[in-house]
Order: sequence, then C-alpha cells, then structure tokens
Amino acid sequence: MNNRPGFWRATFAVARKDLLTEWRSREAFSAMLVFALLVIFIFNFALELKPAARTEISAGVLWVTLCFAGSLGLNRAWAVEKDRGCLDGLLLAPVDRAALYFGKLFSGWLVLLTIAAILLPVYGLLYNQNLFLPGLIIVVVLGVEGYLAVGTLLAAMAVQVRSRDLLLPVLLFPVTLPALIAAVKASSAFLAGLPWTEVQPWFTLLLAFDLIFTVVAWLAFDIVMEE
Amino acid sequence: MIEARQLVRRFGYRTVLRSLDFSALPGEFIVLLGPNGAGKTTLLRIFAALLRPTSGGVTVAGCELPRQAAQLRARLGVVSHQPLLYGDLTAVENLHFYGQLYGVPRRSNRIEAMLALAGLEAVRNDLVRTFSRGMQQRLSIGRAMLSDPQVLLLDEPHTGLDQDACLMLDRTLAQVAGEGRTLLMASHDLARAAALASRVDILVRGRIVASTPTAALPPDGLLAFYRQTLEDIR
Repeated sequence: MNNRPGFWRATFAVARKDLLTEWRSREAFSAMLVFALLVIFIFNFALELKPAARTEISAGVLWVTLCFAGSLGLNRAWAVEKDRGCLDGLLLAPVDRAALYFGKLFSGWLVLLTIAAILLPVYGLLYNQNLFLPGLIIVVVLGVEGYLAVGTLLAAMAVQVRSRDLLLPVLLFPVTLPALIAAVKASSAFLAGLPWTEVQPWFTLLLAFDLIFTVVAWLAFDIVMEE
Repeated sequence: MIEARQLVRRFGYRTVLRSLDFSALPGEFIVLLGPNGAGKTTLLRIFAALLRPTSGGVTVAGCELPRQAAQLRARLGVVSHQPLLYGDLTAVENLHFYGQLYGVPRRSNRIEAMLALAGLEAVRNDLVRTFSRGMQQRLSIGRAMLSDPQVLLLDEPHTGLDQDACLMLDRTLAQVAGEGRTLLMASHDLARAAALASRVDILVRGRIVASTPTAALPPDGLLAFYRQTLEDIR
C-alpha cells in the first residue's frame, strides 16, 4: 500500500528533479546567463553615462535584465515537461497539484537568484557601483519571487498552446507590472541611499504583491492544469 | 475494475466518444483495437483522469471520476508511446523521483524490483537519454508499475520499437498481466493483441462495436473478425 506523499516532500522532489536536470543539461541556465550578461554589456556601451546618472538608471537596467532572462527560463520550465510528455507523468501522480507549482516556482527562483548573484558583481564592475547592499538583495529576492509566482502559473497556461513563446510575455508583463515598478523603485531608493521612509511604500507593495499573487496562483493552479 | 456508462466526450462541436459502454474485470487484459481517430486515446485519457467526460459515468479501480480522481491516481499506472521519463536523469533517478511522488514504501527495494522487471539492472546509473527507445519503453513500464497499481493503461506502447524490443516488451507485459491486475491497451497490432489479450474490443467512431474473448477466436482469426466488424458497420 502506498503512502500518499506529503505536500512539502512532493514539492521538494519536483524542485530537486528540476535542478538536477538543469545542472546536467544547463540549457536554460546558460541561455539566461549569456542573455543577461549581453544585456548589461549593451546597456553599458549604449548609455555612456555620468556616475550620478548611472545610479538613477541602475535599478531599471537590473530589473529589465532579470525579467527578460527570467522569461526565457519560464518558457522552458513547462515546455520541457510538455515536449517530452512528462507533464502527463506529473499530472498522473497522486500529489496535490499545488506541490507541482511550488516545486517549479522554487527551482525557478533558485536559478534566477543564481543568475542575479552572478549579474550583480559583473554589473558592479562595469558600472563601477557597489550593488552588494543588504536592502537591494532583499528586494531582488522578493521581486524575483513575485515575478516567478505569476510567471510559473502563466507559463503552465501558455504551455498548452502552440504560440506559447509569444503568449507568455504578452500575459506576463502586464500582470507583473506592479511588482516590477515596486522592485525598481525600492532598488533605486536603496542604491541612492534614501531613508527607509522613502523605501517603505514600495517595499510594502512588493511584499503585498508577493503574498497575494502567490496565494492566487496556488489556488488557481489546480484549475489551470485540470485539462 | 473499469466501468464506463453512456460515456460522451466532445471537443467543441466534435463528438469523439458517443454513449460508450465499457467494462473490464480484475485480471483481464483487454486490447482496444480501432482505426485512427476512433477515440482510443481519448478513452484512455478519461480512464486516467487526464480528461473529464462531457457526460456519462466512469468508475476506475473503485473511484468514481472525475470526483475521486485524486484517489484513483495512486491505484493507476499509465504507459503511453512517450515514456514519460527524464532524459537527463539516470534510470534509478527517474524511478526514485516517481517513487517519491507516489509515496512508494521501501522505495529502494521496489526500484530494484522494477529494474529487474525491465531487465535494466546493468544500466541503472546511465542517463535515460542514452537508452534505446525499447529500453526507455521497458523502463516506462517499470515506472508505471512502481506503485503496484490495480489498473494499468497502455496507449500504443509498441510504437517505434523494433521486433526484439517489441518481444521484450511483450514478455514484460505478460509478466505484469499475470499478477491479477487489469490491463487495458490501445493498439493497432492484431497479432500482438491476439497473443497478449484475454479480450479484444473494437472501437469505431466513438463506440465499442464488437467485443470477443481471444480464446473464442480460431488461430489467426482476429484479423478476419476485425475486418468483418469494420465491414459490418460501413
């Protein structure tokens, strides 16, 4: 007789499987990293800015880079399952479907945070700016979570249609706009060294977005995967 | 063990299954024959709770669908023409992953037993993408059998296999069928159906139009029975 696996055990199994397959193939990670580095190189040469101006645009460049790199990873996360037929294998398992969602979300989050961990020092060198600020790192962690919470759900919806590569960004960016604006504003404020009272509204908005959209995506995932 | 009553499934305006009635008892190995587009895959996907019926009643392994789909999944194994395996994981890692999702107790022992069933002990630590199609399909049966399911659904599992691989797969299926569980396999291969199945059902345009125990057929009689059935409904 089988024991139905617990929610977190199943979540961990899915995340571990995703990270192990990505570690072996490095398909998504390589593409995301090269893309992200290219974007900051291009911005660096295109915007030959004074140091003061660089501080102002840094948060914007950083989040544009992370979002576009993240959308590459999101497209692949479910497409790999669908193309190899493994999506049926996951849906046939006697686990809470939300465990599949959180497993994918967690693995995607770790991959994008790894990209960010490489991106920040490279960006700091190119733009001669210190980005290792605790506040900024917390904003990156929260911003990436909010972006992927919505993205993982929408990618699961988009994977069912033929034009998924086109559909995902069209769906994703409008929905995640509040989180991205909050993340850019909070990052800018931390980089400019503004007091907490200036950062707090954006930080709170980002936190609220993360909470609300993670719960909404969790509740909606079962319906999305129904057929 | 499997029962469908007045089952209807529509995709938009297209009706794929039309008031279909079907039943399978424990221990039966039923092969579902029929031309392309007859509705075989749709029927199997409904039995696997991957599709909802438009109307009608379905009970599989004591679970009423779609209401008890979650309970059914623990009692069901599915093998399709795609192996549902991860190429960048080894054979053991694939079985370990699915074992975790199914909450298989004494997982290591069970994985060993499934590798032996599939005859893949020697390549247990090789990446699945290095396997031939036949090896992947045999491992796929190991994956489906990992949770010791009461019902095994097989959707054209021989697709793309060479003769030797087909024979090895047949041996594995015969072994699995001999353990008292219900097997339902969609296929186009009449000779294989006659050799493996205890009963053959013919599905045409969304209805079971004929059904016969294979023991009731003369040797090589299934081809004549199939042709006659198709002729009769034209």
